[in-house]
Amino acid sequence: MEAFVTLDAVAVPLPLPNIDTDQIIPARYLSRPREVNHADFLFHDARRVPATDEQNPEFPLNREAWREAKIIVAGKNFACGSSREAAVWALFDAGFRCAIAPSFGDIFRNNGTKNGLLPVVLPAEVVEDILAQLEASPGAHIHVDLPKQEVTAPDGSTHGFEIDPFAKHCMLNGLDDFGVTAAYEDDIAAFERRYGRENRI
Amino acid sequence: MSEPSGPRTLFEKIWSRHRVTEREDGQTLLYVGRHLLHDGGATAFDVLRQRGLKPRAPDRIFATPDHYVSTAGRKLAEIEDPRHREMVEKLARNTAEHGIRMFGLGDPNQGIVHVMGPETGLSQPGLLIVCGDSHTSTHGAVGALAFGIGSTEVAHVLATQTLWQRKPKTMRITVDGTLGPQVTGKDVILAIIARIGAAGATGHVIEYAGSAIRGLSMEGRLTLCNMSIEAGGRAGMVAPDETTYAYLHGRPYAPQGAEWDQAVMHWRELPSDAGAVFDTEVSLDGSAIQPMVTWGNSPEDALPIDAAVPDPESAADAERRAQMRRMLDYMGLVPGTPLTDIAIDRVFIGSCTNSRIEDLRAAAAVADGRKVAEGVLAWVVPGSEPVKRQAEAEGLHEVFRRAGFEWREPGCSMCLGTNGDIARPGQRVASTSNRNFMGRQGPGARTHLLSPAMAAAAAVTGRFADVRRLVGG
Ligand code: SF4
Repeated sequence: MEAFVTLDAVAVPLPLPNIDTDQIIPARYLSRPREVNHADFLFHDARRVPATDEQNPEFPLNREAWREAKIIVAGKNFACGSSREAAVWALFDAGFRCAIAPSFGDIFRNNGTKNGLLPVVLPAEVVEDILAQLEASPGAHIHVDLPKQEVTAPDGSTHGFEIDPFAKHCMLNGLDDFGVTAAYEDDIAAFERRYGRENRI
Repeated sequence: MSEPSGPRTLFEKIWSRHRVTEREDGQTLLYVGRHLLHDGGATAFDVLRQRGLKPRAPDRIFATPDHYVSTAGRKLAEIEDPRHREMVEKLARNTAEHGIRMFGLGDPNQGIVHVMGPETGLSQPGLLIVCGDSHTSTHGAVGALAFGIGSTEVAHVLATQTLWQRKPKTMRITVDGTLGPQVTGKDVILAIIARIGAAGATGHVIEYAGSAIRGLSMEGRLTLCNMSIEAGGRAGMVAPDETTYAYLHGRPYAPQGAEWDQAVMHWRELPSDAGAVFDTEVSLDGSAIQPMVTWGNSPEDALPIDAAVPDPESAADAERRAQMRRMLDYMGLVPGTPLTDIAIDRVFIGSCTNSRIEDLRAAAAVADGRKVAEGVLAWVVPGSEPVKRQAEAEGLHEVFRRAGFEWREPGCSMCLGTNGDIARPGQRVASTSNRNFMGRQGPGARTHLLSPAMAAAAAVTGRFADVRRLVGG
């Protein structure tokens, strides 16, 4: 997994609540293996004009100022819905490394930290304020510092965020769970002696 | 391992029973009692292969294809799109290679994974169950702790039979009172989500309690727990009771004979102790819940059938106003329109939310002796082979066919259309599934969520209708 330490990048605002994983990547693109570049599937339908299938120039991700964005800032309950990890892959392949919102779908949040995409939860008022700044000056940067657990908004204000220490450790070092779990083999084996490996309760 | 003394919740009892170890930082390594697979999970096996790993406990893993199967026929060759066929084939190859039991196409137990689990008796009280699908919350209806995971986590569970988790918070949703006629588990969960919001239970495991919940059948509880994820919850559960035991008794993978008696004895210890404390408490009056229909693109946008499409001007803040306008535009709806004036194009009775035998009976009772309205295309897609067999034994398929419904083969079908079963842009669908997101049932498709009886009522009237006016309570 790609490590995440600090990031200074363009942030794109998506000021809507409940943006679901079906919007992030429509279901018909889910049968592709991980090797396939998922960038083109990101907001596939939302960023197009329904009737003509052309790119909608109004959609934030299509606007010139936000093309280089590596950070996405959205309303509450971002990426709610299905467990599809492809929602993270699509964001990651399109260059995103961080998402900021007042809350996330629980499964997406887990999938993010296991794939090098940092989910940052900030209070709703702070997110609202950052969204307003981003819309007022398109192309503005946000600075994210994982060791310090701090986000610096375009106006220079800083905001601390919480992150699970385990997820932080894994992201800082680019570790995945497999390596960590290997160290607990004896515990798992001992558990199995009690619980059994077989199909029974 | 030290147990906290004092009263414990159902959730805590199952959590601690599956705890392998807990780190200082609060991360807990949990042992997975049952791991379910479906045909959308090929990536996890790719990860395993790349790392030279194998499933650790294949006996604890069960699989069935559902997302990519054709609902027009049972043969692999009937899956037209080669990419879809490949997904079903991959599941067969991956499970065969590792000695994992699969209920494949044509198997008498094949079905939507969340219908198959409880129905075969694989989902049992007190178990920790995971599956690479968000609606794994369904299995909590039997008194299990069941939640969906992503594909990296699926690979980790395959390899180690364990999963790292941080303990979630607990929420108890108490629904007391008696549900009115034609008010089902679906209406209860839609009313709950309308009340607490689509993010209302984020970070929580929900336990549903109260007399209205105890009064629900197992099918009703499965529907309820299924949509816990639409309330933002990680999992939903109902404490096991006589309804649970009666449902599980005699199922192929349920304990048999003396083992059954012993199992029930253990299961009786699972319900939350009196005085157990939940992080959040919510309560609803069950007798006030009406048959519900959604109008927007989030399951929280649900209203009683006698209501009208809401006006964005009435919204509390600018963000919500903008979102409502966007949804009404997508849904092609005008504020103030009574829900019963909205005409529909298609009906979908199916999905892991509402495709069980009781759902089909309820829909058939409405369809019986009536005709699907002109111009409406109505499908019934049973959730599994056993549901289909049972329905056919009761003659429900004939009732549906006589009324003009199509009777299809089991699978996820139009719930998300990964197999190609989708609606056309602009078509309005009365659907018993769980998500009304933009594009969920095909680009531009307009989804309204409701119960099976309400869907059947919409089919025969051509518009949303109060099913209570069609059939007596
Ligand atoms: S029926 Fe729908 S929600 Fe259920 S598992 Fe299939 S696709 Fe997912």
